[in-house]
This record gives sequence, C-alpha cells and structure tokens, in this order.
Amino acid sequence: MSGTFLGTPAFPTAARTALEDSQLRRNLAHATGTIRAKRAGVVSEVDDWEQLRLAGEAIKDRVLRHLPDYLEQLERSLVAAGATVHWARDAAEANRIVVDVAQRHGTDEVVKVKSMATQEIELNEALAAAGIHAWETDLAELIVQLGDDLPSHILVPAIHRNRAEIREIFLREMGRAGRAAPDDLTDEPARLAAAARTHLREKFLRAKVAVSGANFAVAETGTLTVVESEGNGRMCLTLPEVLVSVVGIEKVLPTFQDLDVMLQLLPRSSTGERMNPYTSTWTGVTPGDGPQEVHVVLLDNGRTDVLADPTGRQALRCIRCSACLNVCPVYERTGGHAYGSVYPGPIGAILTPQLRGVGTDAQTDSLPYASSLCGACFEVCPVRIDIPEVLVHLRGEVVRAHQRASRVPSVQDMAMKAASWTLSSAARTGAAEKVAGLGGRLAGRLGRTAPGGRAVLGALPGPASPWADSRDVPVPAAESFRSWWERTDGGRSRSDNTDGGRSDGPADPAPGAEGGR
Amino acid sequence: MSRVGLMVTCLNDVLFPDTGRAVVTLLRRLGVDVEFPAAQTCCGQPMVNTGYLDDAVPLVRNHLDAFAGCDAIVVPSGSCAGSVRHQHGLVAERSGDPGLGRAVAGAPPVYELTEYLVDVLGVTDVGAYFPHRVTYHPTCHSLRMLGVGDRPTRLLRAVRGLTLLDLPGAAECCGFGGTFAVKNSETSIAMGNDKARHVRSTGAEVLVAGDNSCLMHVGGLLSRQRSGMRVMHLAEVLASTEPVIESRAERSADGAGPGSGTARTLGAAR
Repeated sequence: MSGTFLGTPAFPTAARTALEDSQLRRNLAHATGTIRAKRAGVVSEVDDWEQLRLAGEAIKDRVLRHLPDYLEQLERSLVAAGATVHWARDAAEANRIVVDVAQRHGTDEVVKVKSMATQEIELNEALAAAGIHAWETDLAELIVQLGDDLPSHILVPAIHRNRAEIREIFLREMGRAGRAAPDDLTDEPARLAAAARTHLREKFLRAKVAVSGANFAVAETGTLTVVESEGNGRMCLTLPEVLVSVVGIEKVLPTFQDLDVMLQLLPRSSTGERMNPYTSTWTGVTPGDGPQEVHVVLLDNGRTDVLADPTGRQALRCIRCSACLNVCPVYERTGGHAYGSVYPGPIGAILTPQLRGVGTDAQTDSLPYASSLCGACFEVCPVRIDIPEVLVHLRGEVVRAHQRASRVPSVQDMAMKAASWTLSSAARTGAAEKVAGLGGRLAGRLGRTAPGGRAVLGALPGPASPWADSRDVPVPAAESFRSWWERTDGGRSRSDNTDGGRSDGPADPAPGAEGGR
Repeated sequence: MSRVGLMVTCLNDVLFPDTGRAVVTLLRRLGVDVEFPAAQTCCGQPMVNTGYLDDAVPLVRNHLDAFAGCDAIVVPSGSCAGSVRHQHGLVAERSGDPGLGRAVAGAPPVYELTEYLVDVLGVTDVGAYFPHRVTYHPTCHSLRMLGVGDRPTRLLRAVRGLTLLDLPGAAECCGFGGTFAVKNSETSIAMGNDKARHVRSTGAEVLVAGDNSCLMHVGGLLSRQRSGMRVMHLAEVLASTEPVIESRAERSADGAGPGSGTARTLGAAR
C-alpha cells in the first residue's frame, strides 16, 4: 500500500468528498446501520452488560495507573517463555526492529495479521523501503492494499467498497501480487472469498516471517491474544518460523482472568457477535509447534504523552472495537478517510490529536471539532471512554495552543471574549437583546412567515451564510423574555395585553403581523 | 415555601420567549410560584463546547450569583441543564479556583423541565389540551447527558387530543451541536436533512422537542423545504389548554385537522 493520510485536508473539507458521494453515503449508512443493529441485539442479551462495562473500565484504569509495573512484569513473563522483547519509543524504532528481524532471516516478504498498531507506524511502507513486501491477509485489508487505498474503518477497513469494486480490484491486482484471480470471477461473495483464499494460501505456505499486533497482552503469563473472524490471522500466527508482534503498551492486562471480561465486551461491541470465530493465544515459544522465534515490540509512539493527561488518558482504555464509529452520526455521513488517520470516528477524533499533539497542524486540530457531541459514542463504548468529555477537553487544548502560539487573537478568540463580556452581565445582555429585538422587527419585514406564524429569513450573505445556506433563520423576537418579564411583572400585571413578545405563536389570527408590532 | 428559579436560557430569551412564558403558565397552573432571577444570562455552554473554557468562567460565576437564593432551578432545555450539571464543574476545575469549585458543588439543583414535572411535582398529566398529530424528537443531551428517559413522552401521552406518532431514528442526533452547525456546516446539514426526512415521514403536523436549539436547526430545514410543518417546544404544548369558549362539538370537529378552527382554538388556548 502506497497510500498515506499525509496531506489530508482539515475535517470539514475532507468530509465534503463523502458528503457529495451519494453511493458512498448509502454504503456507509447501510453498513453501519447493520452492525449497529446487530450490536444492540447481542448487547441486550447480556443482563449484566453495565457491570461488564464497569469491570472493563476498572481493569483498564488499573493498568494505566500501574503501567510501568505491568509492562515490566509482561517483559519478564515473555522472556521466561522464550520470547524476545523490544521496546520502541516511536514508529521509526519499531519499524527498524521489524525490518532487522526480517532481514536477518534473509526474506523479502512477510505475511501480516490485521493490526492497527502496524498501520499507525506505517510498517508496510518501512518494509517496502527495505525491499520487503508486506502482505495483508485480512480480507478487508487485502482489498484496501490491492486497491492502493486507505482503510476507512477500524474493523471493516474496506467498508466504503462494494462488491463490484472488489471484483474489479481482484481481477486487476491479484496477479501482480501473487496468484491471479480467475478470469471468470463474479461479484458473488463466495466467489470473491474463494479467490482471496487461493491467493492467500500461497503466501501463508511460503512466508518465513509473520507480523501481528495483539488485542491483549497478559502480564502474569506473557500471553498475547488476537481475536478475528476469518482465521487468516491464525494461519500467520502458526505457519511461519518467525513471528513479530507489535503491541501498543496500553494493551497489557494484569491477569489471564481479565481476558474473561474483555472477551465478552469486545466481540459483542465490535462485530455484534456473541463470540468471534477465532481467538488465538500464544505464550512465547512452544518447541516443535508454531513459530520458533517470537519477538514482541512494545510500542509507545505517543502513548506516554496521552497517559500524562488526566482527562485524555481514558482514550488508552480503547480496545479498538469500533462500536463508536458505527453509532456516530458524523462518521456515518463522512466515512473514515475524512479523519485523515488510521483511527477514524469518535475514538480517532480524540486519540489521533493526543498521539500527534495539538497546535501544530490544522488537520489534527480540526478533529476534536468533528463531532456534534451527541454522546452516542460514550453510550456504546464497552470500556466507558467519555469521548464527548475528552473532545471538549481537547478543544480547550487546541484553543490554548493557538493562543500560546499567536500574540494576535483570532476572530473566534475575539468573538468569544465579546460574548463572554456581554453575557456575564444581565445589564449588558439586556441592552444587546434590545438591539436584537429591533433587528428582529426590521428583519421580520424582510422575511416570510413559517407555519405557526414565525417570521424567518432565507439565504443570507456574509458570516451567517453557512447557517442560512440550507436552513431558514428565525428572526429575533420583537421582545425578549427578560423584557416581557420586567414589563408585565412576570405576566402578573394586566398590562400584558399587547402580546409584544409573541413571535412564535402557534397560530396567530394574522400571521406575519409581528413585524408591525 | 421553596424558591424555584426559572432559567430561561439565552437562546429562548432572545429567539423563543414564548417558551419561557409557557413554562411560567404551566408551573403556575401546577401551583409553583416560579421566579425569574433577572441577573441570569447564559450558562456558558457555547464557550465550553468551542474550547474557550476560560471565557466561560465569568458566565459560570454569574449563573451562581443569579440563582444563589433559589432552592431549585428549572430550565426548558436538556442541553443547558446538562451544561450546568456536567460542565460547570469542568470549568471550575480548569479555572484553578477552589472557591469556584465549591460554589459549583453547592449550587441549587438544576432540573430540566420534564424532570421537574415528573420527579419533583410528581405529575404526568398536566391538564393540557392539544388536538394535533405530534412527533417527538428526544434531543441528545436530554436523552444521553441527562437521561430523561420516557418522561417527555409520558407527559405528551397524557395531553388530551394529542396523537403521538413514532419518529424513525428518534435517538439519532439532528446535527445541530452548537458551533458544530457552523464549523462543520455541511455534515450538520446532512444530518439535519435526514432528521427532517424522518420527521416528515411520520405525517405529524408538529415536531416537538425539549430544546429550541435543535428545533431551530431542524425547523430551519423544514421551513426552507416548505414542508408546512411546525416545530414547538414541549413546554408550549404542555401549556396549551382546552378553550372554555367553544362547544365540545366544535372541538371534536377541530381535532380532525389543522384547519382554521384549530387555529382559533390554539390562539384562545394561549
């Protein structure tokens, strides 16, 4: 895959591509809607789901509080089980370690288990630069890789592709990467899967080195876990002679028993299944069975910076289930590419800015604003990451970073200052409202009357245009509530007969008469 | 007697004063002598949600001062109730002023209108009359930040003459999101258009919600589409009463549709 998120424009601009593509919007709405319904169904079967979420949250929080201890314990357990442990501060270090292992074995190809961590560090590109082909073996990742495309979902990376597109990609590209697709390939799912199986089998049997990530890493035993749906990962984990696993440091769990909670939370949240079809666990080297050389790369790449933020660190609880993507109304309409990161959707909107750091580029800084703060993501998160809370917190960090970097306040800075000044005093607010009311009276003459008698304005020039492009604008009431209350003693005085504040009366006898009041 | 303060919200104050008046009418009818602390302005949510947490500090202080003498605060907005309940603490914490944190913790409890009606007053039938086909949008902050649950629909179902129609995808966000509607205008409109489509599919005459901000967004789209649909705050529906000047026969005839007779009924009900 040569595609890269580098150069993705800021979210509002990047989102436009998806918003204008009605086929893509339908694909996304259908796919997320289907997974969302499946998830809701299997979650509702579990009586103690909320207790499980609390347990998941507690386990991950314990890990984060004592992260160095658990990581050292994990290292000891892994080494005792015959694995080699490497520590990587950043993407470059992690990539170098994997490239070194592959080169030491004189191979020019590796097979890969679907892994977010290796995408995050752009391992495939680093291997390619060293003359080593990295073959993705997850079906959706294979589609993305062969299509020279970028993933747009954590769990379903090719969510944006339909069957006809996949057939075309297979016919065009498979031959160049190995076993070609049959000439008579149709877009039936079974035929597409069969072509992928034949293509991949050749790679599984030939590869000497495999690369994986891990969903969980158990400190007390040194056991790594991968959960998947297709079994292609297990082929990579068992057939090659050498296995290198790149594992984010937040993936550690204290005990094997903690897997009990996580393996209940993860499949129901991610694929909407009671249990995923394949769960592989391995502990170092087992003589005569599976890879005889096992490496584990423990990856930081910004995670300790996230850990240092008391509000933001909850993002490290994430178990990459992607439930938040599937319920997010923004993701549903923009797809994953708009987020410009391997982590799209709500979790990407908080994780990516934290891993990269805010205040350096406009694209990253646009991510915390790529949400209406509707809270659906928090509701489904199996480890209770309060994503809206972190989004608001990160917006604060973005604003602070900009204010630190520039001596000149932005238009937005000044608008907020002015609003804060006006709205922190009732007297100033009342004065501003009188102006708005006057404006409303004037504007009411220009507008038309919406059902119910309300005066509204249509398309507007200037700063209000983004609002008024598609929405009618309500005209400010001729009299504010505040001034109505003052004038009529809260409606108790009989002088309340002019109905001066009424702009929204459900059915005025003479609609549109407000302007004259 | 306890002092109940109406927090009318800045948006209602300027754009939707009828909502505040409806709350006053409704609560007085239920025997609550609601006050309007004149020093109130805005809860600070626009600043907080845009990342200007420091600029929200004076607004949080003003809110605390304005409602200091109250025993309870009632607000016809799930969003603003959520802001006071969940964001004021965050603002105080970031300000680094422990006194502000203590003041926030000791502030009077804030109730979204339906919470106050159902939980505090213990009523679901407020004696309202509204002979129309209505669909209800449970705004995100009411639904998820506050968890008002079925309180609004219980209140609506008890309204005489009202037909409550299910809204497809009701729990999905309308796309307003405060400054989101400006910063990500196109996504916001895409979400809003889907909401408007669902609203129109119900065949209702009126879209009702507990937040005028969301209604302003969806209503602005419905209005631009010349849909003929109205949007109304829940408080205004609950404040509507049966007119005494018309005969029962006329009313039942009106109940069939939104004709001019209905308009007179509603006008009189104010």
